[in-house]
Amino acid sequence: MHIAHLLASSMGGIRAAGDLVARMQLSKKMRITEAKQYVADKLHVTPLDLSDPTMMRALREELDIGVITGVPGIAKGLAAKARIAELLDIEINCVEQFKKKTGLHY
Amino acid sequence: MKILTRMGDSSNVELTREELRTEFEQGSEEAAKKAKVPVLTENEVDYLVDMFAAPTRIWGAQRGNEVVMTKDGCVNALNSSRMSSGVVAPVNREVGVRLFESMLGFDSMEISHNDYSVKPQRFLKALEMLHVELLMETTIFPLLYGFMPNLGLYYRPDGSFENPSDLMPFGKIAEARATQEEAGKACLEDCIEMSDCMVEMGADGIDFDTVASTGDAEFYSVLQACDHVANETGLPVEIGMSAEMVLGFHGQLEYNGKRLAGMWPHEQLQICEEAGCAIFGPVSNTNTRKTVPWNLGKALTFVKACTEIAKIPVHPNVGMGVGGVPMFETPAVDVVTRCSAAMVEIGKADGL
Repeated sequence: MHIAHLLASSMGGIRAAGDLVARMQLSKKMRITEAKQYVADKLHVTPLDLSDPTMMRALREELDIGVITGVPGIAKGLAAKARIAELLDIEINCVEQFKKKTGLHY
Repeated sequence: MKILTRMGDSSNVELTREELRTEFEQGSEEAAKKAKVPVLTENEVDYLVDMFAAPTRIWGAQRGNEVVMTKDGCVNALNSSRMSSGVVAPVNREVGVRLFESMLGFDSMEISHNDYSVKPQRFLKALEMLHVELLMETTIFPLLYGFMPNLGLYYRPDGSFENPSDLMPFGKIAEARATQEEAGKACLEDCIEMSDCMVEMGADGIDFDTVASTGDAEFYSVLQACDHVANETGLPVEIGMSAEMVLGFHGQLEYNGKRLAGMWPHEQLQICEEAGCAIFGPVSNTNTRKTVPWNLGKALTFVKACTEIAKIPVHPNVGMGVGGVPMFETPAVDVVTRCSAAMVEIGKADGL
């Protein structure tokens, strides 16, 4: 059933930019149109591009915010989220916890 | 010409185009009458009729209208039993979550234990914290920690509180109310304990799922827990409901001066907003004796009434037996994709 919903309606997560739009819904309670526009502005693309895996695959690699396939050297996990927090100008809880634990500030 | 679609139990049914239209209209009228909200418009029903009349196996939202997915039940569909439509795959939840991120391309995910209620999860607190902590380091998409408040587990024989269902048949209404209030406090404590411990683990939010399954007393506990999590820890909260109407097992509980019993989805949304909720998940329960078009017409009417007034994102529940989707452990893609797309195009959902 998950696959049926993904095919019919989903933004595609880190295949495209669904994770970024989801972050704006969670952290700022933005509705879908506002959340897409916010992310699109930050990425200098259109809202339509955010669901396009072809467009977003290359852009995510260029921005170094994590990609869906295994590419050596590209930011993964926490490193990718630290870059996403900076890109979207939001706080991501686990990134903040990491800073606290390590004493690193940037 | 007959159009092939399905009943709410997923069995096949053939309808004429006129019958199909009537099913959508009557389902919508049912929801409108119950919740006192507007019915679907003629244009919206036209769209739905065309969608269901199309002979294609699957349907989808228009390009550019895609929405984000949030999820309940963690990876139960992978490694649990038929109760969760699970396929008992030999996959632990760390691997499962990574697969939902990469292979399935989910927009977000929820981490929880297979035994999905907060009461059993509290006994596994340290393990739950560790798995969240580790997954936060290896994943990119947002991860919420989630559970069902499931107030029923606090009553005898599963819990220590007197069961209101045992008291009410004897006319002990005051006692039944009192035991719900006491059990609700214990449930609230557990919800807060399991939510608070996830802040330091780095979770992106908390998902209260299948909310109000035991009625207004449970809903009251969840609203208080939501207020605490959202306003004191700052973590976003998603509230996914269990039913289209809050059952009044207690009947007198109020939150911010509003009676919880008998609330319909658009009223539930507003009270959740007041409690600080970040994402609201309305439910429309599937009637297995009615057709999918009837059930979808009802669900869309409830959801539209929410999205038209919402200040926060609305993610309707579209799993097995809710949101028009048949009550069957392997729902067919022909109706699931149509319910999915309809929630976006007609329901104007912000996510699913």
